[in-house]
Amino acid sequence: MVTESAVRRLTYIQAANEAVHQLMESDPRVIVMGEDVAGAAGREDQGFIDAWGGPLRLTKGLIQRFGPERVRDTPISEAGFVGAGVGAAATGLRPLVDLMYAGFYGVCADQITNNAAKIHYMFGGKVSVPLTIMTNIGAGVNSAAQHSESLYSLFAHFPGLKCVVPSDPFTAKGLYISALRDDDPVLIFNHKMLMGLRAGPGVPEEMYEVPIGRASVAREGADVTLTGIGYTTQVCLQAADDLAASGYSAEVVDLLSVSPMDEETILESVKKTRKIVIVDEDYPRCSFASDVSALVAEQAFDYLDAPPVRVTPPHTSVPYSTALEPLFMPSREGVVEAAAAVLE
Amino acid sequence: MVTSTSDLTTDKALWMFETMMTIRRFEEQARREADAGRLRGLHSSIGQEAVPTGVCAHLRDDDYVLGTHRSHHHCIAKGVDLNEMMAELLGKATGTNKGKGGTMHIADVNKGMLGANGVVGSNIPVAAGVALSAKVQGRDSVSVVFFGDGAANQGSLHESMNLAAIWKLPVLFVCENNRYAESTPVEYAVAGTSVANRAEGYAMPGVTVDGQSALDMFEVAGEAVARAREGRGPTLIEAQTYRYMGHFGADDPLSYRTAEEEQYYKDRDCIERMKAHLIETGAASQEDLDGIDARATEAVAAAVRFADESPYPQPEELTTDVYVSYP
Repeated sequence: MVTESAVRRLTYIQAANEAVHQLMESDPRVIVMGEDVAGAAGREDQGFIDAWGGPLRLTKGLIQRFGPERVRDTPISEAGFVGAGVGAAATGLRPLVDLMYAGFYGVCADQITNNAAKIHYMFGGKVSVPLTIMTNIGAGVNSAAQHSESLYSLFAHFPGLKCVVPSDPFTAKGLYISALRDDDPVLIFNHKMLMGLRAGPGVPEEMYEVPIGRASVAREGADVTLTGIGYTTQVCLQAADDLAASGYSAEVVDLLSVSPMDEETILESVKKTRKIVIVDEDYPRCSFASDVSALVAEQAFDYLDAPPVRVTPPHTSVPYSTALEPLFMPSREGVVEAAAAVLE
Repeated sequence: MVTSTSDLTTDKALWMFETMMTIRRFEEQARREADAGRLRGLHSSIGQEAVPTGVCAHLRDDDYVLGTHRSHHHCIAKGVDLNEMMAELLGKATGTNKGKGGTMHIADVNKGMLGANGVVGSNIPVAAGVALSAKVQGRDSVSVVFFGDGAANQGSLHESMNLAAIWKLPVLFVCENNRYAESTPVEYAVAGTSVANRAEGYAMPGVTVDGQSALDMFEVAGEAVARAREGRGPTLIEAQTYRYMGHFGADDPLSYRTAEEEQYYKDRDCIERMKAHLIETGAASQEDLDGIDARATEAVAAAVRFADESPYPQPEELTTDVYVSYP
């Protein structure tokens, strides 16, 4: 347990950054690659170094501590450097590769889905690919359709890949550490609305793992289960406050891993509350939300007092305008409304 | 010149002949297995034996080779066990990949064969990463990726050549230009018709070589491997070669090329030329070479017996090896 005196209020970015520093310090096999992960590459002699520290500043300071051999700015060549991450991982390194936005998967999908995901299986288990890909997801800052997708459902579709979605600074640090220590390829999805967040239980300074494939009960309750993932966990927690004010006790399950899915925690919660609202910002068709809904319908049908409900965006791309974007994202009010409907 | 054919010892020359002979006999048998319906998805490398043989003559077990959908010759040249290869082709549990990969995915890391790959151009960035891994870990091993003239038009080659050049990675990009991407002729699909010239844009050596000559391949690859091993960066080699068979088992190549063209290349067969060289230089007699051929033929026959006698994978293998660990 984290004691009150030990609570450190780091932001999500600071927590993830600390995790990567500690991982590189403790394991010489860890390298970092991506576009502008340091910035001003090759201009150390002109006094320019670490100009960006990553598009989110998540990798800030790494090149100054660990040098350009292990912290590599890449050209804008996702197929090239994600593929290089696969090859490096297959032969002894533990690369952390930054895919700037999840929507850029399209230019390197072959490397992720045909190589990283399948090498272990195709080669009869004789080669493993301990590659970690981190990528930025989510709407909320008017980045429009190509820079705001969530897309983790897409990768969860592929056997061989693990997918995690931290929901706060504590889970970010723990999941980064678990991902880089994992022997399988792991994708970490960083929601941009969480980057400045300091909420949650605080971030211990020492290294710790948040286990991949385990959900956590972020708030206990008895009347209805709200499942969130990444940013929507924060939305669910806010909605639970509102529901409490109306006299309902909502349990919030923070899914954290999309693959593997923690079926047990979801089913346990639903068997207790007998109602579920699944809140997910990814596109609604063939999605993780539909998978959770199917799980509950198939394996907890007899416990349900109401059909599972999904709160997701409509089947549309992410709009730019401030008048439209909030209509895309699952909202606190939308979750309360959906919960109220199953509670009544 | 770091390497020349004068560096080619008799032992190495005979190894190259035996390797090419083994590839040819293995591929002939693979074709028979495919015709008998025991093997699916065959892409024959007959005609292209000299390319990986000349390159792998310079490689160690801790050097890595990455291949394509047409990679039996890469695997054999890199020393992968014939028995395990044949077992893999027949989907047996004793195969290199436990029967889960098949003809297009043979891998054996202990021999430095990091896998054939069924997607055109897919392995090129991976090879750059293997070279990066060696560099970061301070090992002097090199990485070689073979690909075809079809893959020369994939963006992945260009991204990887740029990456390898700016980071001076110890990698060889070896294009086996066999003149056809499936049925599409190289003069139609490759602008400028030279793959080697594309190296110029990435400030690395680009060499065109007669891929039907094991001796020429040995010489060019020797220089490129030495360059990579000494930390002087990547090389692009365009080996001009020819696949005697169709793109895949049922493909009739005469639906897109002439018999005269086929004969032109068969008259320059890499194995026949190596035989002539060995006899001319007195390195071997015809009887010696016949003996090597007999040994290769027997090794392939033994591989078939091994594969035949091997069990198929157990049903539980369907879901193992998806992950190293999955709760």
